[in-house]
Amino acid sequence: MDTTANQAAPFSSGDEKQLREAALIRRVNEGERELFYELVRPYERNIYLAAFSVVKNEADAEDLAQEAVLKALRALPGFRGEAKFSTWIISIVLNEGRMRLRRDRLASFQSIDEKPETNDGGDYTPAFLTDWREIPSEALERNEVRQILHEAIASLPEAYRQVLIMRDIEEMSIQETAQALGLTEGTVKIRLFRARMMLQKALAPRLQSPSVGLYERMREFTKKWF
Amino acid sequence: MVLDCQHVWREISAYIDNDLDEALRAEIEKHLAHCRHCAAIMDSTHNVLVLIADERTFSLPAGFGERLQARLQKEIER
Repeated sequence: MDTTANQAAPFSSGDEKQLREAALIRRVNEGERELFYELVRPYERNIYLAAFSVVKNEADAEDLAQEAVLKALRALPGFRGEAKFSTWIISIVLNEGRMRLRRDRLASFQSIDEKPETNDGGDYTPAFLTDWREIPSEALERNEVRQILHEAIASLPEAYRQVLIMRDIEEMSIQETAQALGLTEGTVKIRLFRARMMLQKALAPRLQSPSVGLYERMREFTKKWF
Repeated sequence: MVLDCQHVWREISAYIDNDLDEALRAEIEKHLAHCRHCAAIMDSTHNVLVLIADERTFSLPAGFGERLQARLQKEIER
């Protein structure tokens, strides 16, 4: 008889991770501050991407990420565990980023925060394609393709870019994204919908099957001769 | 319920997140089966999301962890 179903571990790996984190947090707060890096290390990429979602370039994102991590170390005694540690530290990165933008007078006021947001499609129509050939993930080996993706994401309005990066790149849940950004889940879904539509519109024509470009080139070529 | 293309576009994001009730999902799939435009839009959106989620698209700058650890160490020793 298969008994594996009755041998479930008392804690899921998620629970174990949180218990481990809680123990580390306690030790850091009790004075073992050098352990803070252990706490942060699993979320390095998330922290960096959250910073990138605000400042949009690699050097500033790294600097912002470092500043925010130092701030989190100082703020750790106030962490009450209402949200996950990862969500808490990402919200610190975002707040630090927004403060920096304001300070540098780089912030452009986003009117979308003032308008009611609805999922009505509005101007966010997709790019029209009659055929789509999947871009293989091997294409990412090419700098040119990565550059196109970076540019398209950087060109999104800040509020949409942040939601998209958290949800679709960091793969946070809708709930975690909403918590980190201080938004309702409904607003996250609407911004995500718009961000994805904008990205499809910006990227699909540029990434479309190379054969399309080839066809255009052949047509130009044949025009010359006939 | 017969969906038009605009209705399908509005639900693409929720469809990708599997955040639709079964009836609406079935209607969308029925529409996609015969609408080449919407099927291409759905596929391209999905593909774009797969590409941006790939770790190679946004990798950490080389040495990021070491520099962060060094900065933390400096702060702790202050």
